[in-house]
Amino acid sequence: MSTLTKASRRDFLKIASTTAGGLFIGFNWFSCDSPKVEVLSTEEILSQAKSFNSYLSISPTGDVVIYSPNPELGQNIKTSFPMVVAEELEADWEKVRVVQANLDPAKYDRQLTGGSGAMPHSWERLRKAGATAKFVLVAAAAKTWNVPASEIKVEKGIISHEGTGKKGHFGEFVAEASTMTAPEEVTLKDKKDFKIIGTPVKNVDSKEMYTGQPMYGLDFYREGMLHAMIQRAPFGMKIKSVDDSAARGVTGVKDVITFGTSVAVVGTSTWPLLKAKKLIRVEYEPEGAVESSADHDRIFKELLATGKAEIKRENGDVASAFKNAAQVVSAEYQCPFLAHSPMEPENFFAHVKGDKVELIGPTQTPDRARQETATLLGIPPENVTVEITRLGGGFGRRLRADYVVEAVEVSRAMNAPVKVTWSREDELTGGAYRPAVRYRFEAALDATGNMVGYKLRGVGMNAGNCTRENNFPAGAVENVLIESIEHKSTITTNAWRAPITNFLAYAEQSFMDEVALAAKKDPVQFRLELLQKAKTSPVGGELGYDADRMIGVVKTAAEKSNWGKNPDVKQGFSVYFSHRSYVAQVADIAMEGGSPVLKKVTAVTDCGMVVNPTGANHQVRGGIVDGMGHAMYGNLTFENGVPKQKNFDSYRLIRMKEVPEIDVHYVDSGFDPTGLGEPALPPTGGAIANAIFSATGRRLRSQPFIEQKEFSDIKLEIRRG
Amino acid sequence: MANFNLKINGKTHTVDVEDDTPLLWVLRDHLGLVGTKFSCGIAQCGACTVHLNGNSTFSCVTPVSSVGNAEVTTIEGLSEDGNHPVQKAWAEVDVAQCGYCQAGQIMNAAAFLNENSNPTMEEIDNAMNRNICRCGTYHKIREAVALAAKTK
Repeated sequence: MSTLTKASRRDFLKIASTTAGGLFIGFNWFSCDSPKVEVLSTEEILSQAKSFNSYLSISPTGDVVIYSPNPELGQNIKTSFPMVVAEELEADWEKVRVVQANLDPAKYDRQLTGGSGAMPHSWERLRKAGATAKFVLVAAAAKTWNVPASEIKVEKGIISHEGTGKKGHFGEFVAEASTMTAPEEVTLKDKKDFKIIGTPVKNVDSKEMYTGQPMYGLDFYREGMLHAMIQRAPFGMKIKSVDDSAARGVTGVKDVITFGTSVAVVGTSTWPLLKAKKLIRVEYEPEGAVESSADHDRIFKELLATGKAEIKRENGDVASAFKNAAQVVSAEYQCPFLAHSPMEPENFFAHVKGDKVELIGPTQTPDRARQETATLLGIPPENVTVEITRLGGGFGRRLRADYVVEAVEVSRAMNAPVKVTWSREDELTGGAYRPAVRYRFEAALDATGNMVGYKLRGVGMNAGNCTRENNFPAGAVENVLIESIEHKSTITTNAWRAPITNFLAYAEQSFMDEVALAAKKDPVQFRLELLQKAKTSPVGGELGYDADRMIGVVKTAAEKSNWGKNPDVKQGFSVYFSHRSYVAQVADIAMEGGSPVLKKVTAVTDCGMVVNPTGANHQVRGGIVDGMGHAMYGNLTFENGVPKQKNFDSYRLIRMKEVPEIDVHYVDSGFDPTGLGEPALPPTGGAIANAIFSATGRRLRSQPFIEQKEFSDIKLEIRRG
Repeated sequence: MANFNLKINGKTHTVDVEDDTPLLWVLRDHLGLVGTKFSCGIAQCGACTVHLNGNSTFSCVTPVSSVGNAEVTTIEGLSEDGNHPVQKAWAEVDVAQCGYCQAGQIMNAAAFLNENSNPTMEEIDNAMNRNICRCGTYHKIREAVALAAKTK
């Protein structure tokens, strides 16, 4: 039996003693008018519960505890995973408690949050976890009542036998069931019989979040814990000298230590460190290329022109197709760097105790935190424990363990438990950014406006492959050449929500509109013709997408958005496949006072079965808001290895008044569920840019939109119409 | 360092901190009231929103020495058991994704609805524009504020 979070829960509670109540609550909070009932704490339930498998414990009281292994950063996995287990268990959701599991590679694989991959990876495992537990509970009841298991029914946590009239809750059979062996194979429910999956189940952490309970990494405090903040070097630089005398003079500062290219101020609370950090005088010297944004612009131009490219896909005879084309369309697209800027800045708690380490905090990749800690200290990974707190956003930033290892460094140096906290300025300047990228697209059209040739050549920074060569329109065009060129930058880069596709989709879908315009075809019809070809006679080798499913969302989006039939608005279309899901979007723009105003985005998603409609809507709307906000405003520029934008006053994020209506629909394709953390974001920029073109005749080929010369004379804004 | 007597959530707390310490860090580091969140530190995002005599205030730029006798209310003190109409509306609408900004959103909404109990959607948008939600739950926030106004 695991007691996953006990030690730290006590620590959380100690500091939170001024607040009423425990950390775990019954779900009856939602019906606030119901009479108060005595609710057991999850710890009390767990103390008497039996573990059925890695995901599931049931107590004699009939309460069910479901462990959620993957980090929760707002994608709602902590609610949707347990829903799947509870469904197959036939549990009463009101009797279910959810506990965030610690890192435990023996129990869980792929215990990470990234790539929208958790649900497709775990769907069957979660169902089996619930179904096997149900199987042994039924077997235990059958044995107890001496009736055939096949005659037993389970509903909402109640096991019953019609013939004898016997019935009892799960808890009554826990002791007997725990002596039985779970079957290797088990029958899963027919999807049409689902009672929990497909319903809008509310977030299991609601009460804690809305009453300010400690649950995020930054909320973690422990008696005797030191705080640390860190001054990091500009990218491409190393430390030449450090003058920490002024910083040491700040009341509350205990020590200043240097490791690698970082200088840490350590003290007993956060505010003195925020002050002291500004007083550290560090002289830096180059240790590699010290880059500025102007260098990137130059590098892009040079490498696009003459850089050595890796050919990612080649179909047909591209040279002939372009030579014989009736018309060639070409355009270049570029985006800037972006920061992840989760609302909770990076932070982590570490306590190095000899050759053992305790880690607690917000991470998308707990195992990476463990491995990098073990490597740093030269200890076995098994000596490192990782407790996963709720994450105040991630967006890919917390896939890295840089901020975890920092806490380990400081804890080791101070021989004490330490929490490292980043300021917003640290987050924006010490990031691991979405890198800038530049693409050149070329399309060859024949005399009837068919796209017979397609070229994409991209220059990425630390991107590896900055293309998605098996994605649309590959498979739909006879002659294709897709090339990727890599620039190794000293600026740290990392996955950022929908890596690569967060900009590639916009560039490609905007270019598709340019081609459709040149071909004198309706943008939707143009895409459907290409998809029809990909479906009936696909070109070349491997394709990542299912043309039929893409056609499904394109047609439904055209229908739901009233495509081309609303004279009051100008529309832009976009469709993209990423992370196993398909999303088509239509943006509606009206001109008001000479400015394009975004009135509405219609989104149609095929993510297979929708597990939790509330969670799915959240991800689709959130992804679209994220996509439009960054396309409009997001811009991180560098000067000598340091970003110029250091906080939200200059690094602009989208706000309430800028968000239009978003109309969300799903196509039920009958497939198993795929993840939704990312797929709704990529198509958004393209839909908006295409609508802006439709409304103004001005084509935006770079982001952020508001800073482009195309709109130097008229105001470009998005706001609620 | 100096002693400050602060009236927080109906109780008096004494803390010994530097004059310039922002109320945010007094709450978090010295009193264990961590529901009030740190995010930007420069009054741009609203994650640190508390009430000072009922008014929405960015606690990250409010020095403790400026608080005086003002009544401070934090998310922990907004209601007895999470039953403030705004908290109930947030639960009913199921607003949060990551949830980190929501305490600040709730505090801002509660102060706003005290001033304007029957707001238009445009007034809601204007009032809530001072709080950033990086997950983009703006539609749900708008819906929850409107629901809270109706049920209050």
